[in-house]
Amino acid sequence: MTEPIVKARGLVKRFGSVTALNGADFDLFRGEVLAVIGDNGAGKSSLIKCFAGAHVADDGTMWVNGKEVAFRSTQEAREQGIETVFQTLAVAPALDIASNLFLGREVRKKGFMGTVFRQLDKKGMRRQATEQLESLGINTLQDITQAVETLSGGQRQAVSVARAAAFGSQVIILDEPTAALGVRESGKVLDLIKDLKNRGLTVVLISHNMPQVYEVADRIHVQRLGKRAAVVTPKSASMTDSVGLMTGAIDIPDGEQQLSPV
Amino acid sequence: MGVSRVSEKASSEDAVGKEFEVERTVLRRIQMTLHRYPWLSSLVVLIAVLISFGLINERFLLPSTISLMVQQTVIVGTLAIAQALIILTAGIDLSIGSIMIFGQMVMANLAVFVVASNVLPIAGQNPYLAIFLGILAATVAGAVNGFLIVRFGLPPFIVTLGTWSVFMGLTLILFKSRTIQGPEMPDVMLILGEGFAVGPFFVTFGLIVMFALYFGVAWVLRNTAWGVHVYAVGDDPVAAKLSGINASRVLFSVYLVAGLIMGIAAFVTIGRVGSASPNVDPMLNLQSITAVVIGGISLFGGRGAVVGALLGAMIVVAVEMGLSLAGVDQAYRTAAIGILVIVAVGVDQWIRKVKL
Repeated sequence: MTEPIVKARGLVKRFGSVTALNGADFDLFRGEVLAVIGDNGAGKSSLIKCFAGAHVADDGTMWVNGKEVAFRSTQEAREQGIETVFQTLAVAPALDIASNLFLGREVRKKGFMGTVFRQLDKKGMRRQATEQLESLGINTLQDITQAVETLSGGQRQAVSVARAAAFGSQVIILDEPTAALGVRESGKVLDLIKDLKNRGLTVVLISHNMPQVYEVADRIHVQRLGKRAAVVTPKSASMTDSVGLMTGAIDIPDGEQQLSPV
Repeated sequence: MGVSRVSEKASSEDAVGKEFEVERTVLRRIQMTLHRYPWLSSLVVLIAVLISFGLINERFLLPSTISLMVQQTVIVGTLAIAQALIILTAGIDLSIGSIMIFGQMVMANLAVFVVASNVLPIAGQNPYLAIFLGILAATVAGAVNGFLIVRFGLPPFIVTLGTWSVFMGLTLILFKSRTIQGPEMPDVMLILGEGFAVGPFFVTFGLIVMFALYFGVAWVLRNTAWGVHVYAVGDDPVAAKLSGINASRVLFSVYLVAGLIMGIAAFVTIGRVGSASPNVDPMLNLQSITAVVIGGISLFGGRGAVVGALLGAMIVVAVEMGLSLAGVDQAYRTAAIGILVIVAVGVDQWIRKVKL
């Protein structure tokens, strides 16, 4: 069996008296699109926030490329090539698109002005930002110096996804990327996900929307009551089966699950 | 196939964009321009104030009056840089005047040999060391604010309300309430009050220091990662953290730098006033906030340019001077500044509502 790119065993995360993760397992294989589904409060967001470095698990172990890791900040996860598009998007609304793309890893000018005065290479960053957005087929943004708060929901989403795609060398995690979007904008985000996969990246998609999950996912991780309830594929289980797994109406024995790559 | 779908969507979205283009009224264009450059409104207001008072009274635009007005902005103008930095992080500093006075009294007492400063054996030895230690004292005071806010997560309003009293008390404990007169101090202590004539205008070294600080801080905010992070943390601290910014470190550094600027303001003030007194204008805290708000920097953080604070400070001085030349009573002038602040916040709220 191939080694998972991200693996976790027995993750526990508590918030006061609430237990969000109660011994959750997780396996993500290179090059796949893994959907994470589950009812509200099943611990989907808490799970991926552990990999993103936004949460520190209270117990359990995580591995990236077979090496044990313990992320204390999003910066540490990024250093391992894991980028996350959070549900809240984590953009600074008043800053422009280019600044947001490079937020937290700005590029300094070469030479004296950059090393001594720490001057940023604004032109270079704007050019790269434009290229990045164009390469993802997001060409409706006329002005890269536009403040993000003047953009529509879908455009903001695109900026956030572009940021992850630009820097994520291994894994890109998307938390409910289509929740706030209309049909047409959702379709665009799904196209982006397929595009990321074609580029050889590994994608984790959290979603409530079953048709979308079945359109793009290779495997489906079902989260229930803070644990992994099952892993299925769009072929092995119908949408009704998945919903049954989410609510606990049905169970699948380990042997019939898709615990290895497709 | 996928490609053609994308381009179809793009073109239809462009069409939607064009519909909006037609709907844009003049007012909406103004709103959007101000959204991008919030200090523009302050510039327009300043020019309008200068023109209208100039028409009322020809003495208002005399070089001597303008020189005086510019010099009157120097204390509040310098303190407003510190306040602007802090307000950009969605904080507020009520202790600004108190820290400035603390730094000023440390400086002056160390520069002269007086009985009151019996706790300070190095007093009267070296005025340059005194200036350095005074600025350092204010920087440390700023760092104390930053530490309390970052480490314990206390609201800046409460922390600085407390330290406002603490540093005032500390100043009185250490130095009593004795005013140190200019002639008592070595000449170098008053250097920033001196200057030279440029044509009919008089330029003090204190003014040059203030303008240099504005230029320096504005450059750093625009051109360094730290500057971008100050805006990001003020705009949305959670998003900033998720984007990998160490928000605590950015916040602390802002209060530290603000303290440093207050220390420099202390030196500027000694030069401008010609003495060091713990009884300098007690309204300096509020005046610095007034300047920042009138300058189009949002109290909610993350929006505005530091140059706005300078324009704001100048507007306040110009309105005061203009009304006073027009023979308006002091009480009415105070009220007029209050109205200006409320209008400025109203305009800020309106600008923030912009959506494409």
